[in-house]
Amino acid sequence: MFPIKLTGAQILFKVLEEEGVDVIFGYPGGAVLDIYDELWKTNIRHILVRHEQAAVHAADGYARVSGKVGVCIVTSGPGATNTVTGIATAYMDSIPIVVFTGQVPRALVGSDAFQEVDIVGITRSCTKHNYLVTDIDDLARIVKEAFYIAKTGRPGPVLVDIPKDIQQMSTTYKSIKEVKLKSYKPVYKPNMKQLQKAISLIKKAKKPLILTGGGVVLSKAYEELKKFANKIEAPVSSTLMGLGSFPPDSPLWLGMVGMHGTYAANMATGECDLLIGVGVRFDDRVTGKVNTFAPNAKIIHIDIDPTSIQKNVPVAVPVVGDCKSTLSMLNKLLEEEDMESISDARKDWLKQIEDWKITKPLSYKQDKDEIKPQYVIETLYELTKGDAIIATEVGQNQMWAAQYYRFHKPNHFITSGGLGCMGYGFPAAIGAQVACPNKTVIDIAGDGSIQMNIQELATAVQHNIPVKVVILNNSYLGMVRQWQELFYDKRYTCTHLEYAPDFVKLAEAYGAVGLRATKPDEVKPILEKALASKKVVLVDIRIPSEEKVYPMVPAGAPITEMILV
Amino acid sequence: MMKNNSQQKHIFSLLVENQPGVLSRIAGLFSARGYNIESLCVASTTDPQVSRVSLVTKGDELILEQIKKQLNKLINVIKVYDYTDVAYVQRDLALVKVRAKPENRAEILRIVDIFRSRVVDVSPDYYTVEITGNEDKIEAFLRLLRPMGIKEIARTGPVALAREDQFK
Repeated sequence: MFPIKLTGAQILFKVLEEEGVDVIFGYPGGAVLDIYDELWKTNIRHILVRHEQAAVHAADGYARVSGKVGVCIVTSGPGATNTVTGIATAYMDSIPIVVFTGQVPRALVGSDAFQEVDIVGITRSCTKHNYLVTDIDDLARIVKEAFYIAKTGRPGPVLVDIPKDIQQMSTTYKSIKEVKLKSYKPVYKPNMKQLQKAISLIKKAKKPLILTGGGVVLSKAYEELKKFANKIEAPVSSTLMGLGSFPPDSPLWLGMVGMHGTYAANMATGECDLLIGVGVRFDDRVTGKVNTFAPNAKIIHIDIDPTSIQKNVPVAVPVVGDCKSTLSMLNKLLEEEDMESISDARKDWLKQIEDWKITKPLSYKQDKDEIKPQYVIETLYELTKGDAIIATEVGQNQMWAAQYYRFHKPNHFITSGGLGCMGYGFPAAIGAQVACPNKTVIDIAGDGSIQMNIQELATAVQHNIPVKVVILNNSYLGMVRQWQELFYDKRYTCTHLEYAPDFVKLAEAYGAVGLRATKPDEVKPILEKALASKKVVLVDIRIPSEEKVYPMVPAGAPITEMILV
Repeated sequence: MMKNNSQQKHIFSLLVENQPGVLSRIAGLFSARGYNIESLCVASTTDPQVSRVSLVTKGDELILEQIKKQLNKLINVIKVYDYTDVAYVQRDLALVKVRAKPENRAEILRIVDIFRSRVVDVSPDYYTVEITGNEDKIEAFLRLLRPMGIKEIARTGPVALAREDQFK
């Protein structure tokens, strides 16, 4: 066969098709015109966003629910800089996405050309890796490597910057079958010696506790986790990112841990004598005051990223490996162990846990006249039978969603955990809905957050992506207001969003459906109506400004010292 | 995490892909995470696609462990050699331009001789001397020359190699 000559833009799509990409989130511009001029010849679906940040969040949301790599294309300069927040979000939460940015022609690089920016320099510290393509003969390999790096090991965002002249020039294309990087070899299989040490600690422990995180979701290790927890009869708590990886109806389930964790989960952390962290990174929102974190516990830490281990908390048994393979190997080792007496040994501990759960469950005061946000989330849970994909913005809305929606399945809760990025939820919900067209996708928002990417209503309406946005509208930056009330002597500096658009009319102006609830008895019928609609729906729910997220651990306090309702 | 206060100086030797941006990834990692770089030397190896970075840093045990892991995590870093508990040779190089007054010239040459260094450039007023050795040796050398008047110094940080084949 004769070698075929292809342009850079054509090579890009060749590799994208090989990688099985079927949707791209993007926004065209001068430096990616050649790429867009090839796009229409392919079968790839393109979702035209209204701001590049939303393209990245949507690709991220798509990746979180589908488990595939999310892809975006944006132009150079401002197009590229607008992606930075989205990339940093994906980086903090280890989400596999590949971002293609156009760049000015190579001859102009470094000349401060129109719409030139050193995006590789800018994103170096918030990507897993990034590339500037300087030779067309490297293009296919780089794109292939970008996907490989994004989805293997601890996943993360990869950026590829492609100068315009590279998109235009031609070269012989040879398909690359296998990626080999001599300097990048993620470890999936854990060290057997460490596993044996872990087993011996587990057998000796009287009060073990499992803490699951985003790693369990990413490595699809929920079946293994369930088996493991049941086998060793240890209670399970979760970080924000791990919600959905363990069934909430199990008697072993404690709920979320940390700053807004449940009483039972936080107390169990303070009391346990063995903490098994699976795919977690012991973030400060989880640990609270770090040197009082799990003070009585030896820690077994399972994570695919060695840098997560020994970074924030001292670890007795470090296990570098993929959560799924590690847990299944542990399960196998446990089969050979005599676990007969385990139920007896755990009895007191599980009794104690049960007491904590019963005496101080998550709670709020229901009201006759005002709508409580917790009630809204509970109603959503009831109406969707816990089967919806829930995206959130950041702040109180996020914490209420995490506390009151019970996640039975992984990949159903998409939220900006590490970066805490307001404006994330709505575009991420759009991406999630694109990945799962038959699912109900709900963005739980606040009146502050939704206005950070509200322009995406146009995207959702144009592409008929029937996301439901539920705004818990308290006219405040609620979480900041909560801190001001509790720790800044009620000085509500600049957190009152005194003026906001009429969200119902705004939705209608965009061609979406707008609904509003102002009284508790309106909540259920309004939400039913929203969920029944095949259109994009924005629901404005008025909640009291004073409502707070409880429990709350003040920043820098031990997590066992909670402010309760 | 409890930070141990004993700060130790530490030398890492890295093999990295010889590509643009690698050095900035390494330097960026240190500045972003608040680690410090005492010195850094980069040059190519026998394989033109691979460079060796010799890097001196300071920190307690936990920080050094993090630094090592974080360096390993960089995609372009092929290998990180940690020279703790390993026998290694280490050399710095310094070029020293020292004032050569007629009455001092003999003394300078004597010191140069004692330290097995070399005069590499001579002008009417100055000698430029090249010296290699570990940091202490170079410091001692500079201390002796200082009274004569040191005009300028150019100094590398240490480069290091493990003795024999200890990492196989």
